[in-house]
Amino acid sequence: MADMGSPDGSLARRMAFPALRLARRNPVSFVAAVVLLLLVVIAVLAPWIVPFGPDDTDPTTALAGPCWPHLFGTDIYGRDELSRILYAARVDLAVPLASTAIALLIGCAIGMLAGYRGGWLDMLVMRAVDAVLAFPALVLAMGLAAALGNGLGSLIVVIAITQVPTYLRLMRAEILRAREMEYAEAAVTIGNPVRRILLLHLLPNCIPPLIVQATLATGFALLTMATLSFLGLGIQPPASEWGEMTAEGAGQMVTGEWWLFVFPGLAIMVAVLSFNLIGDAVRDILDPRMRGVR
Amino acid sequence: MSLLEIEDLVVHFDTDAGPVQAVDGVGLNVEAGEIIGLVGESGSGKSVTGLAILGLIRPPGRIVRGAVRFEGNDIVGMTEAQRRGYRGRRIALVPQSPRTSLNPVITVGEQIARLSRLHGGASRGDAMKRAISLMEQVGIPDAGAKARQYPHQLSGGTCQRIMVAMALTSEPRLLIADEPTTGLDVSIAARILDLLRDVCVRTGSSIILITHDLGVVAETCDRVAVMHGGQLVEAAAVRDLFRHPSHPYTRALVASIPRIDADIELMPIPGAVPSLLRPPPGCRYAGRCDLVMGRCRIARPPLVTIGAGHMAACFATGAP
Amino acid sequence: MSFGWYVLKRLALVIPTLFGVTLISFLLTVLLPGNPALVKAGPFATPAYVKEVEHQMGLDRPVPVQYERYMLGLAHGDLGESAATGRPVLQDFMQRLPATLELTLASLLLAIIFGVPLGVVSALHREKLIDHFGRVIAVAGVALPSFWTGLLLIYVFFYLLGIAPPPLGRLASDIPPPTHLTGLYVVDSILTGNGPALWSSLAHLALPAFTLAISIMAPLARMVRSTMLETLVSDYVKAAWAAGLPARRIIYGDALRNALIPVVTTLGVLFGFLMAGNAVVESVFAWPGIGNYAVTALMTKDSAPIQSFVLFVAVMYVVVNFAVDVAYGLADPRIRLS
Repeated sequence: MADMGSPDGSLARRMAFPALRLARRNPVSFVAAVVLLLLVVIAVLAPWIVPFGPDDTDPTTALAGPCWPHLFGTDIYGRDELSRILYAARVDLAVPLASTAIALLIGCAIGMLAGYRGGWLDMLVMRAVDAVLAFPALVLAMGLAAALGNGLGSLIVVIAITQVPTYLRLMRAEILRAREMEYAEAAVTIGNPVRRILLLHLLPNCIPPLIVQATLATGFALLTMATLSFLGLGIQPPASEWGEMTAEGAGQMVTGEWWLFVFPGLAIMVAVLSFNLIGDAVRDILDPRMRGVR
Repeated sequence: MSLLEIEDLVVHFDTDAGPVQAVDGVGLNVEAGEIIGLVGESGSGKSVTGLAILGLIRPPGRIVRGAVRFEGNDIVGMTEAQRRGYRGRRIALVPQSPRTSLNPVITVGEQIARLSRLHGGASRGDAMKRAISLMEQVGIPDAGAKARQYPHQLSGGTCQRIMVAMALTSEPRLLIADEPTTGLDVSIAARILDLLRDVCVRTGSSIILITHDLGVVAETCDRVAVMHGGQLVEAAAVRDLFRHPSHPYTRALVASIPRIDADIELMPIPGAVPSLLRPPPGCRYAGRCDLVMGRCRIARPPLVTIGAGHMAACFATGAP
Repeated sequence: MSFGWYVLKRLALVIPTLFGVTLISFLLTVLLPGNPALVKAGPFATPAYVKEVEHQMGLDRPVPVQYERYMLGLAHGDLGESAATGRPVLQDFMQRLPATLELTLASLLLAIIFGVPLGVVSALHREKLIDHFGRVIAVAGVALPSFWTGLLLIYVFFYLLGIAPPPLGRLASDIPPPTHLTGLYVVDSILTGNGPALWSSLAHLALPAFTLAISIMAPLARMVRSTMLETLVSDYVKAAWAAGLPARRIIYGDALRNALIPVVTTLGVLFGFLMAGNAVVESVFAWPGIGNYAVTALMTKDSAPIQSFVLFVAVMYVVVNFAVDVAYGLADPRIRLS
């Protein structure tokens, strides 16, 4: 069992050295981490670093291909594509991260409860999880988005709902595993301390698989959100979002303005790819046992 | 000319830490119609020797030097296509773990029959008939019905008999039985050994019986070769080996056999097989030997004849 | 008979899951905007008439009673009416289902044709260039948004190279569909010997099927690679080598045969991805299937088709996975025979 010892301080130290070693051994993941970091920085600093305002229209330069100063071209209203893409990074990173965070909290809470209590509550929860998982995530998101509306908040909630079952199951599995050990510990300890031991030893052991799952799931959440927006269910214009921009760009394809759909889609792919690669790398650092057959 | 002549066989396995010297200069002759036991602990190199005879040493393993001459032809120097001409045909393996050595999704009858088709070019119908006949020969009752079953439906003993039947498909001259009794009930194991002896007598083929169990050897073999740390340390006729074991390792092995007729202490052999990655110079048994001398740690004792058909590699008991 | 138990156990899990699915779908109907009574009453209805229809449909009853009516309705195939087409949703579904089926099957076929060999080759040449190449494709493939892939393919093959037909449906506008036997244009064209229809339907099927196939090809290849690697080091493969069987026979006859069995269960999971991807791909290619139907309904907030689509996909997923489990049991003699 990967014993993480005391949390925080030593955890960070234990991560630093392997991280550097991994950077040399696994340059691809290192690049992915850098890219993601860059995206986050861009998202945060967007209003200050964009060359043009994302909503600044200029009919005289409409539908220009990649050139200077419009490195990614302009759209039908003359808006600079690069600026819009950079600005859209805010939404495209914030929403997946937020929904993952919410799903983590809710999923872990319910999973812990179900695993610890057992009995009919556990059975009920598991049946519910099975039912939710019978819906492919995107399809469920489509239905929920149609029901709950287009707002940013409802979008976050919708995507969070599709992620909850995964974390729920993970947490519950860990709790169940720990309970098996509990019976051994029960012989030594009495009453309450068992519960504390459970929490103190259990949580650190859950963190590695949860982090791996969360990183990968964030990438998938981003794909879901972009797809919803592409279909017109997510972020509405004039707000910039990569999926929605791709949909706009698709309309312009027949007249040859390829840059309007290629670059937003590329941004989605790069972001999701980075999340996935980092998820793999995190898995390798935190728990070599989980590497499996690569 | 012996049926099989192994001469100075050296096999290494390349690992990240360097080459593991699994077999180090083994020489052995097998005559027609005899059963030879190849005895040793795990890591002694006996299974690797068996693989080398079959030409199945693949990367990261490689034959560094030596010859394996079967019916006069050196297998080491052959191409893979040529080796395939021998494998399963003239030389056959009865592998360890019979249950897992059978394909779980093909009926046992078909697994034997397809070998008939492959080696003998028999038709589908003939091959299956032959398969059932072979199953009967190896003592499987109700062979016709059993042929249509899958490995998981059969007992361990029956699976082992199937492996023997598969090996006999093309009437090989040499059988290599790798731990044929491991994991089997004592009574079933005894019957498998009887079967092997019977095969040898009936068909005149030779058998190399690889095992860690001296009891099996005593029961079944004509001659015995003892291996330790990748080297051959003693070879003799069975009775000679048990009556007059020469090499200290052999003596320790013989002494460690539990006896039902006398109340004596169990005598395990101290220590463990030395690392084959960086083997010690000199005799590889030196670290565990009770007769060890200074000379033993420096030079490797050669294999010398100490009696009729009896060879040993030891400075203390054998070599001058 | 142990196989019987195996099937029964699986069935025992399926039933509650299906119930849960209908419950969630029902909740969706409650949450979705729009008043189905308005739809049914028609555009000229007076408020009083609408109220009358509401009462008829039981919309003024408590929720559990509504659920009961909902379930009864499902049992009779009543999926509500589409506000856009004015027809029962079930009817629209049945009309559009063959198109989706054709696309899904074609994508599955393509994914298997390309994915399985890629997995086998990656396993046979582990850690060499082709394996790394395969891994790059796998990782990148999962990150690709399917709508983007579709658009890219359209741009390259239709707009730039001109070899693909315009993404406007299943056939060129001047070619009538073949005689309806299965509803799958390719199959029907072959069965009726309709050359032009065959050619046109294949041409129109190519890009959307590829788009969908790409999204599941990568995980399939990785799964095949993984199971192949396991079987290649198994005892029975080693015994097969020792018995003198030729390499090709061992790899494809023994190793692959065993490796593909667990892959069958992956197909069940991938089916879920396919159904989700259908909605997007049909949208991009204007493919007249149920996915497109649902997406259009989403835009117009036409609630009956949306919730029927969601229900349908979930039920299909559960049924397909059950079928896959049964198939797995049949394929593996260790399960099939006690």
